[in-house]
Amino acid sequence: MAPDPILTLVWAGIIGVAIFIYVVTDGFDLGIGILFPTMAPGAERETAIATIKPVWDANQTWLVLGGGGVFAAFPLAYAILMPAVYAPLIAMLLGLIFRGVAFKYRARTSRIWLWDFAFFAGSTLAAFAQGVILGAVLQGVKVSGRSYAGGWWDWLSPFSLLTGASVVAAYALLGACWLIWRTVGAVQDHAYRMAWRGGGASIAAIAAVSLATPFLSHDYFSRWFETPGIYFSAPVPILLAITGLLFIRALKRRAEVAPFLLAELLFLLAFIGLGISIFPWAVPGQVTIWQAATAGNAQSFMLVGVGLLLPVILGYTAYGYWLFRGKVGAEGYA
Amino acid sequence: MFDDVSALSLARFQFAFTVSFHFIFPAFSIGLASYLAVLEGLWLKTGRDVYLQLFHYWLKIFAIAFGMGVVSGIVMAYQFGSNWSAFSDKASPVIGPLMAYEVLSAFFLESGFLGVMLFGLDRVGKKLHFMATCLVAIGTTISAFWIIAVNSWMQTPQGYAIASNGQFYATDWWLVVFNPSMPYRLAHTLLGAYLTTALVVGAVGAWHLLKDRKLGRAAQPATKIMFAMAMGMVAVTAPLQVLAGHEHGVNTLQHQPAKIAAMEGHYESHDRAAPLILFGIPDDAAQEMRYKLEVPALGSLVLQHDIEAATTGLDKVAPENRAKVAFPFYAFRVMVGLGVLMLLLGGWAAFNAARGRLFDNVWQQRLALGLGPAGFVAVLAGWITTETGRQPFTIFGLLRTAESASPLAAPAVAASLIAFIIVYFFVFGVGTWFIIKLMATEPTPGEPEASDEEAVEVGSLPPEAAIGLQPAE
Repeated sequence: MAPDPILTLVWAGIIGVAIFIYVVTDGFDLGIGILFPTMAPGAERETAIATIKPVWDANQTWLVLGGGGVFAAFPLAYAILMPAVYAPLIAMLLGLIFRGVAFKYRARTSRIWLWDFAFFAGSTLAAFAQGVILGAVLQGVKVSGRSYAGGWWDWLSPFSLLTGASVVAAYALLGACWLIWRTVGAVQDHAYRMAWRGGGASIAAIAAVSLATPFLSHDYFSRWFETPGIYFSAPVPILLAITGLLFIRALKRRAEVAPFLLAELLFLLAFIGLGISIFPWAVPGQVTIWQAATAGNAQSFMLVGVGLLLPVILGYTAYGYWLFRGKVGAEGYA
Repeated sequence: MFDDVSALSLARFQFAFTVSFHFIFPAFSIGLASYLAVLEGLWLKTGRDVYLQLFHYWLKIFAIAFGMGVVSGIVMAYQFGSNWSAFSDKASPVIGPLMAYEVLSAFFLESGFLGVMLFGLDRVGKKLHFMATCLVAIGTTISAFWIIAVNSWMQTPQGYAIASNGQFYATDWWLVVFNPSMPYRLAHTLLGAYLTTALVVGAVGAWHLLKDRKLGRAAQPATKIMFAMAMGMVAVTAPLQVLAGHEHGVNTLQHQPAKIAAMEGHYESHDRAAPLILFGIPDDAAQEMRYKLEVPALGSLVLQHDIEAATTGLDKVAPENRAKVAFPFYAFRVMVGLGVLMLLLGGWAAFNAARGRLFDNVWQQRLALGLGPAGFVAVLAGWITTETGRQPFTIFGLLRTAESASPLAAPAVAASLIAFIIVYFFVFGVGTWFIIKLMATEPTPGEPEASDEEAVEVGSLPPEAAIGLQPAE
């Protein structure tokens, strides 16, 4: 039961979209966690957390679709990569546990500082671990037959630490821009300051990762700096630079929605850049998406479900956001 | 430190630990979500405030339990790959789509409408909010459907073939999903969840009835209603569960006779009139049940409804395919023993209710209180029975557990296991403590809503409070 080559591409696209939606939605939830210690306890923190309370759980579900999707659509890649990134994966899961329960526990405890710290540490750990996982996958893993053949510390490298820190910076930026959009007054002022810092850190991080990636392997290098790869890849850094400038201008003008949208665009471009580096590998340099793909009848069986259910999911997710729209804590002021 | 413990045993223990902890929450939230839908439905239909009180009371508890279920569930989704990568690679083309359907049809539904359910009553109005509650409840049930289909396929695989690269693939999706043990396991699991929830609700009701009586004050109407509803549910579901469990057992005998032999402690086969071993101490090395207490011929009668029927013992199973008897044997007895007590509670409550004395019988309330956690114990004992009883296979008869694990070194698995144990006991211990604290207060008129207690509502800050949000400069 061989995989269907076209459906394999379709599934790579579906998983790419799921992971991207995860990154840009739970990214701002985690970003608020990362920025939490910079906010004053009390009204400021409560407002920040209230903006994401009704939506974070649904945002996080995209991670389950992303991970579950790799398991279901590209089992060989899942089987090789999960043991390869074992330690950061477990760290991410533990971070998400603390982050997730902190939402509920904060409201029920007299030791709010403890769960505020859990919210911050869990969010930061999860973000950092996700970045490390990205870096570990990009730098390549040892494979033998149909399984991972390296050790349990292979993921650790200067590059994976760089990508880890980059994701923390990126999520912090998304969190700050989300707060600019959804709050007013002191909370918003603070968010503007954080957006400047997060923006600077993110742009530096994107530049550093972009410069480091082509030197990980000749394959990446040729896509970015040699013809014909450069025709496809060159627009990405140019668009990134334009978006970065527009973002700075929007912050200067104290625009409220534009910084968030431009930050998301920045990460969409970075995400496309990563796609250019990786495609068509499922495990870089080792296993292509066609080699990793599941049986053809599993691809089509699942596609029916995606076709029927994904539009409905997007519909009620959008409804959820619409329902809890507007400035938080701004009644009578907006 | 772990020299004599293999990475495989550590990985097995880690899976058992994380899945057992995880399943406690769905076992409760599947039932509780449906109970909340019933309460809100009754409130909309009758307009009686007492149902809304109960709804808010249990919604706060549901929010915490559901949150713990979600975060411990994400661990499960990734653990297939981290610790059982060889299994994931081979089994994914069959079970992967079922799990993808679980995410698409259940997880998004639950998480999408949970926000509305918790924070949206004032925003969307009663009817739409009721719909959100129902969708969350339906989501939990759909989730059970898919994951039980996956587990059951691993127990009683059918509708598959094996490709040249060693991967299983489906030949008939209908046969894969509706495999032989699936309907029985699903019924048994769902009834188990309803029974577990009813026992918890009943115990909370009993606690407040007993406390009010001790303090010489009248019980709250909400307390009486939840106690009566819970006892009614136990009286109905406990006998149904015994029936479903029995049918499940008969089905297992048909498809996994080696598991039944281990559960029953039958090392030897019997040509006729197999005894029913009530208790004993299994000795795998000697392949013998020591100190056994047995009822002659009852074994054949219970499982095959025929005293003359022959039974298969572990002696007919190749030594390398035998499960360790102690786990399924003891766990099964724990489950059945608790089931008998639940049956007793349901019958006693029905008897008292028929005499109009449901709220007066102190000993029946004490039993209800004592059985509060019994559902969780029984559910876990049941899962231990079925999961250890199918060893040494992950896909029964086809893929051995030893061939399923990730190529990981023991220290990696040991380190993550220790981390999970510390974090789970701390995090879920605290959550359980919050739930118990909530349960210890009696539901009263003017029961605070979940959203009132959980800090600032979206867009609902009063102008006075928002002054604090003005620029400090």
